[in-house]
Amino acid sequence: MAADGGMGHATKRREDVRFLVGRGKYCDDYVPAKTSYCAFARSTVANGKIKSINTKAAAKMPGVVAVFTGDDFVEVGGNPAGWLINSRDGEPMKEPKRPVLAHGKVRHVGDAYAAVIAETREQALDAVEAIEADIQELDAVVNMADALANTKTLVHDEIGTNQCFDWGWIEDNRAATDEAIKNAPHVTTLELVNNRLVPNALEPRCSIGEYDPGTGDYKLTTTSQNPHLTRLLISAFVMGIPENKLTVHAPDVGGGFGSKIYHYGEEALVLAAAKKLNRPVKWTSTRTEAFLSDAHGRDHVTKIELACEKDGTFIAFRTETMANVGAYLSNFSTATPTFLHGTLMAGNYTVPNVYVNVKAVFTNTAPVDAYRGAGRPEATFSLERVIDKAARELGINPIEIRRKNFIKPDQYPYASAAGLEYDSGNYDALMDGLEKLADISGFEARCKESAKNGKLRGLGINSYIEACGIAPSNLVGVLGSRVGLYDAATVRVNATGNISVMVGAHSHGQGHETAFPQIVADMLGVDPMSIEIVHGDTSKIPFGMGTYGSRSLAVCGSAVFRATEKIIAKATLIAAHMMEDKPDNVDFDAGEFSVKGTNKKVSFGEVALKAYIPHDFPLESIEPGLEETAFYDPANFTYPSGAYGCEVEVDPETGKVDICSMVAMDDFGTVVNPLIVTGQVQGGLAQGIGQALLEHGIYDENGQLLSGSFMDYAMPRADDLPNLVVDHSHATTCTHNPIGAKGCGEAGAIGSPPTVVNAVVDALQRGGFDVEHIDMPVSPARVWAAMNE
Amino acid sequence: MYNFEFTKPKTIKDAAKALAADGAQALGGGQTLLPTMKQRLAMPETLVSLTEVDGMVGVDSRGTGLTIGGATTHAQVASDAADVYPALAGLAAGIGDPAVRNRGTIGGSLANNDPAACYPAAALASGATITTNKRDIHAVDYFQGMFETALAEDEIITAVQFPIPQAGNYQKFVQPASRFALVGVFVAKTADGVRVAVTGASGSGVYRWTAAETALNSDFSAKAIEGLSDDPSEMITDLHGTAAYRAHLVGVLTRRAVTASR
Repeated sequence: MAADGGMGHATKRREDVRFLVGRGKYCDDYVPAKTSYCAFARSTVANGKIKSINTKAAAKMPGVVAVFTGDDFVEVGGNPAGWLINSRDGEPMKEPKRPVLAHGKVRHVGDAYAAVIAETREQALDAVEAIEADIQELDAVVNMADALANTKTLVHDEIGTNQCFDWGWIEDNRAATDEAIKNAPHVTTLELVNNRLVPNALEPRCSIGEYDPGTGDYKLTTTSQNPHLTRLLISAFVMGIPENKLTVHAPDVGGGFGSKIYHYGEEALVLAAAKKLNRPVKWTSTRTEAFLSDAHGRDHVTKIELACEKDGTFIAFRTETMANVGAYLSNFSTATPTFLHGTLMAGNYTVPNVYVNVKAVFTNTAPVDAYRGAGRPEATFSLERVIDKAARELGINPIEIRRKNFIKPDQYPYASAAGLEYDSGNYDALMDGLEKLADISGFEARCKESAKNGKLRGLGINSYIEACGIAPSNLVGVLGSRVGLYDAATVRVNATGNISVMVGAHSHGQGHETAFPQIVADMLGVDPMSIEIVHGDTSKIPFGMGTYGSRSLAVCGSAVFRATEKIIAKATLIAAHMMEDKPDNVDFDAGEFSVKGTNKKVSFGEVALKAYIPHDFPLESIEPGLEETAFYDPANFTYPSGAYGCEVEVDPETGKVDICSMVAMDDFGTVVNPLIVTGQVQGGLAQGIGQALLEHGIYDENGQLLSGSFMDYAMPRADDLPNLVVDHSHATTCTHNPIGAKGCGEAGAIGSPPTVVNAVVDALQRGGFDVEHIDMPVSPARVWAAMNE
Repeated sequence: MYNFEFTKPKTIKDAAKALAADGAQALGGGQTLLPTMKQRLAMPETLVSLTEVDGMVGVDSRGTGLTIGGATTHAQVASDAADVYPALAGLAAGIGDPAVRNRGTIGGSLANNDPAACYPAAALASGATITTNKRDIHAVDYFQGMFETALAEDEIITAVQFPIPQAGNYQKFVQPASRFALVGVFVAKTADGVRVAVTGASGSGVYRWTAAETALNSDFSAKAIEGLSDDPSEMITDLHGTAAYRAHLVGVLTRRAVTASR
């Protein structure tokens, strides 16, 4: 056991020092010699036929070295969807090609149809304005219901429909669920919108392509959450560059939230241009481009029905959802509304019947893909809103109706009606903790205080479950995933005893550089500061699947654990050799090997040195060196869960909502670094509150993004947030990974939106307003309108 | 951003001369102009910075009212006017964030006349006089619609003179993203009567809500305008609120401003 800084220690994030003093090195900080600069011509119309693009004038502009259009990429492949979904009738989803640059048609505002490379960024931008594009504007498809009904106006003419797929989960349960709802004593129905969000990571995307004509090697430096996936997509699908001739490096990355999981056309373009021009090509997104071209999140329209007994016992959930995938299929866009959403639709409950129908819809809007929570916030929002409404209709306390239906601790492993096997949890314990920490019993008194000040106070309760560390590969393969979902780590003990750990996960705010060493230090009994994490560079790290879905610790951390176990096993052989005894007789504790029953001992550092100076090694049984790799493929998802409580005050005159308190009681299993976990939850809560009250990516009927800048897209700011109370002490460990960790990155963004909306509706109901639901963002204008309808 | 020339004159005369050239554009704190230029939506040939022109910075309360130099930042107004005209200082303290307040200027704000800006409401309600390098313009004549003012091309706001009301207050209901006024109401009770100036609500920019003024002239209390609401027909509807909501807010904020007037 490490004396300090091991498992469970609230170590401050070591990487923050360089970030806080301005010494982080982000993509845009990389300027290779002879760098040229790329700017894109992007569509100003949502749907248009490209009749001609004349680049002659642009090519003659000062400093311009090349101009590319879609014609230049006709021969290369398209950017694929990573998950094949089959419709209810067995037909595979519609999968139109997503080209590097738009060809023939532009399909959303911001769709890039040409690129200019010039000596300076300004010259490239000047030349973009000199491109003469004749684009005939066509009617746009924006509203999802219209898109499904309208077979004349199509986003992709070649597929003959705007429907990507019509998915049923679980199709075999459909009839039983329908029957259960038909015969149920009480059915609560709710129609709701899960608002489109624009991720808005602090650092916009940036990509630099380089090509070495001497070796034929390519290098892409890019803002990515998973460099190996980007390399695989570019190599296997888009450009055919052999994987061993392409390095993808994601250095410090300023936030991703999902939007940087995916491969984007700009990355392929800078690589192609770098080869053609034989010099580095760099593109840095503006904030405007980020709004228009980053993959957005959420955007579901759902009808949910909850059938229950009069006493509140759940009988069935049934949903019909339209999920917007935008103009093109982004890499995980088809998995997000299906297997990351439908499978969670049983929630924390012993409900016997669940049926989920999702129609994915193409529209002339930016692609929509996984965004912090990815499908699970949508599931939780639908469930927890309709449960609240049912509780009100049945006259049952919202805490009691949830407790009545919770899976109990002795029921694990529990096979949910939506097809998952939950391994552990204790939802009543979380709710107990919430009731205490949020002082639920004192709510009525606070409500009266608020009333004295002319404010309507409300209490929102929510319980959630999510599935993290999406796995295992053999199951997701059956379900349509085109990639495996393991991760990998190499632990390299250097001769002088310090340690490099190469990991497949990528850290862009998660604190891996601090947390992963805590695991290794704990196991080896060494100082965590002697351990360095290497990540983000495919030429240095083993093939890993990157960071998303709260998977880093549960999946990659487990790979680190397994690799470290291998290190201990080999070090034990070396130690036994050094102490001239059998390995079975050797114990390892607190960084020291000893022979049982003797005073013989060697330190871990001595063993490391011996591993690299093997003058007397029995080479037939022990190889020199001390370096081990593990690939870890989980046996199951992990299932973090939580109970959240929120109190709001509504100003009845203006409709403004103030959040007075937010308490998050989460079960993340084993916690490696409680300080980092608390920070992750706080960040998630801020984004969830942002979704609930402020954020909205909204297009007009012509497909123009109305909230296309921070002047209209409201990001949550510090003064929008209450003091966030975070507790993760009520933990049940994950039963199938060696750490016992479940994942904490998305929880706050999953649990908080329904908590806030439940509280607002509660406040209005208590104030005598017959308001059953308000769509997010619950803006003052919407609250006022709901009160005055 | 397109290339441009930059000049920083030291005198009003030089500034006016520079501004008379084709394609010249005055630059105050740049809080609207620079983002517009970054997006390539404006392409001035020359920026004429007004921040170092002699005598254009400062808050002077030695006379009967308050005279504020055209290049004075919001932050300085917030601190230096706090004792003499707290309603105006409060307004300045609520504009944007600290970075905006330390760059943005009163002259820049009034010259731009954004329909959701705060200062136009203060100027119109206070009965301010906008002093330029050529003349004095009364606030009533100055504001001429959305982004429209009485200023000529080469005219520079050198100072703004605020008579100090007997009581006044500004209430702003922020648009959640920009934090400009979704609706802002400045109420000033003066010897000549009550003035109620509304920003953010109308597509024509700042205006006076005369019906409320009439009611408040006979009884300066929130109760006097209880139930009174402004006409929404000329008001803005956008993704942050309908015209009806804005009209409702005008009533709420006016009552609150009257109650809070000091």
